[in-house]
Amino acid sequence: MSVLLDVQNLSTHFFTRAGRVPAVNDVSFSIGAGQVLGLVGESGSGKTVTGLSIMGIVDPPGRIVSGSIKLDGQELVGLDEAHWRKIRGNRIAMIFQDPMMTLNPVLRIETQMIETIKAHEAISDDAARQRCREALGNVGIPSPEERLSAYPHQFSGGMRQRVVIAIAMLLRPSLIIADEPTTALDVTIQAQIIAQVQKLAAETGTAIVWVTHDLAVVSGLSDRLAVMYAGRIIEEGATEQVLNFPRHPYTRGLLDSLPINNQRGQPLNQIPGATPSLLALPKGCAFAPRCALRQEDCEQGSIVETFHKEGRRWTCLHPVQDRAR
Amino acid sequence: MLAFILRRLGQSAFLLIAMAVLVFVSIFAIGDPIEVLLPADADQNEREAAIRHLGLDQPLWMQFAHFVWNLLHGDLGKSFVFGSDSLSLILGRLPATLELALVALILAALIGIPLGLIAGLKSQTWIGRLIMTTSIVGFSLPNFWFGIVMILVFAVQLQWLPSGGRGPTDTLFGIEFSLLNPQGWVNLIMPAATLAIYKVSLVIRLAYAGTREALLQDYVRFARAKGLSSSRIIGVHILKNILIPIVTVLGLELGSMIAFAVVTESVFAWPGMGKLLIDSIARLDRPVIVAYLMLVVTLFALINLCVDILYSVLDPRVRLSEGQS
Ligand SMILES: Nc1ncnc2c1ncn2[C@@H]1O[C@H](COP(=O)(O)OP(=O)(O)O)[C@@H](O)[C@H]1O
Ligand SMILES: [Mg+2]
Repeated sequence: MSVLLDVQNLSTHFFTRAGRVPAVNDVSFSIGAGQVLGLVGESGSGKTVTGLSIMGIVDPPGRIVSGSIKLDGQELVGLDEAHWRKIRGNRIAMIFQDPMMTLNPVLRIETQMIETIKAHEAISDDAARQRCREALGNVGIPSPEERLSAYPHQFSGGMRQRVVIAIAMLLRPSLIIADEPTTALDVTIQAQIIAQVQKLAAETGTAIVWVTHDLAVVSGLSDRLAVMYAGRIIEEGATEQVLNFPRHPYTRGLLDSLPINNQRGQPLNQIPGATPSLLALPKGCAFAPRCALRQEDCEQGSIVETFHKEGRRWTCLHPVQDRAR
Repeated sequence: MLAFILRRLGQSAFLLIAMAVLVFVSIFAIGDPIEVLLPADADQNEREAAIRHLGLDQPLWMQFAHFVWNLLHGDLGKSFVFGSDSLSLILGRLPATLELALVALILAALIGIPLGLIAGLKSQTWIGRLIMTTSIVGFSLPNFWFGIVMILVFAVQLQWLPSGGRGPTDTLFGIEFSLLNPQGWVNLIMPAATLAIYKVSLVIRLAYAGTREALLQDYVRFARAKGLSSSRIIGVHILKNILIPIVTVLGLELGSMIAFAVVTESVFAWPGMGKLLIDSIARLDRPVIVAYLMLVVTLFALINLCVDILYSVLDPRVRLSEGQS
């Protein structure tokens, strides 16, 4: 399988008044064409900023400070705005968390769809409209012709997210970054949307970075899983391996806190403590203060080394030894 | 829609009656117009003849009943001072004021919206700060002061522009317009600019706040992720959203500019309605004052109606309904 997206040592920092915030720090991962990568982590761990960095739309005071993002071998970091604009929405698309906010409330759906095609192709209005209609049909929106001239507020949340997905797929991108696209939706709708995206991606061979804070959502969806903590990927590997045999205590903690892994009537297992402030990260492993397996060497040195073994990696000196429950 | 308009007109009619009662009572309380109108050496006979002629010998409620009766026949009464129909007296002055207010409004929109947009987009740069600081000056200094300074600079010192008066006009449909005459433009520009300065500052602040807010919205992020050019994002996605509050406020400001351009008109000896109102109040010329205020209330009602209709055109989420006031 050819590598589609290759991110190496990516760091995106925010230069705020309070200091430098390393929202994304030395992050590396790659995705093969048509693959699904689950990017998991608590809120604030840097998932969205990772996505925005790949799209090249990190707002000041943030910027990519170092690293490389290669799409089909082409380096994106340092690309000028005009070239990066041609990639956005065309070869990589991004879907955001809240479908109520993603669509412009004062523009018709067709306006917001057609402009996307026209940003990348010279095409007639009629032909563009035809494609938009098909795209709406493909994501399961009934009577797409009428819905084209509607405004966002005339759709339910689930339908809006379908519209957003249709827009993201309009130009047949080879990669979609889905940033918690179902978090704001009801559970039943959530399942429908996931199934829809899975089907479309499989049909078109689109790779997906599926961002979520919910391990349960990605477990049935992704080929590989990357776990983020405080701006770093602390564990990565094939999904079933990570789920069945987590090496990083943080991953293990996330798994243990899933309701399905808990006994009825017992309090949920939770990771004690809170995520550290990115402005004052502890020495050594950022997770050490909360870690049950912590030893003295965890809190020394600037960062912890990453270990690679059999297609997996983890950033932990004293990894978990037993299998998950 | 029709029900909405009818309801609005009904509300306005009620307002008109309330207004008329108020003006009748308050002018009665202030003083006797006869004292102002008659020369000091008028004898008792002349005095009584004048009182009878103006209908001032009747009780106030009778005078009011008369007024309402005439009003229902489309007659707003004759001016105590000029003896001519008070409505046509005012309407004769309306074009001059209307022209002034409209030009000021257009100036406010054409200057204020782009400056506010730029300030909002570049709020962290010196140009953004300069625009916002300047707008505070426009806000806080009184209107007449600008008028006087402009006269001193452009009329007295540089002698580029006339210091006052309406100058030559051309006639269209029997109405005189300065805008149709190149020399009329020269006379119009200073008073219009004076009247516009406060509104420009207001529009700048509205556009600035709107832009800052829009920039944080997910729909702008999504628009960028679609690969749209920044001119499209600013000119369509952001502009259409910030226009909504601007149109509302400018509409209301137009009403107040027409009704109360008094100060500017006085400074520039502009022969508009404001000047007429001030003179009529000084002479307790009740029919003119009442007719003036009735006209202003009607204008406000019409402008508000237009603003609401425009608002529902700009913002598809707004539906004109009977419940709305
Ligand atoms: N505009 C910003 N200014 C300063 N810090 C920011 C900004 N945006 C994000 N961050 C920092 O980046 C961190 C990661 O944010 P984000 O990627 O949104 O987390 P996630 O998507 O995993 O919930 C946040 O904890 C925050 O400290
Ligand atoms: Mg996020």
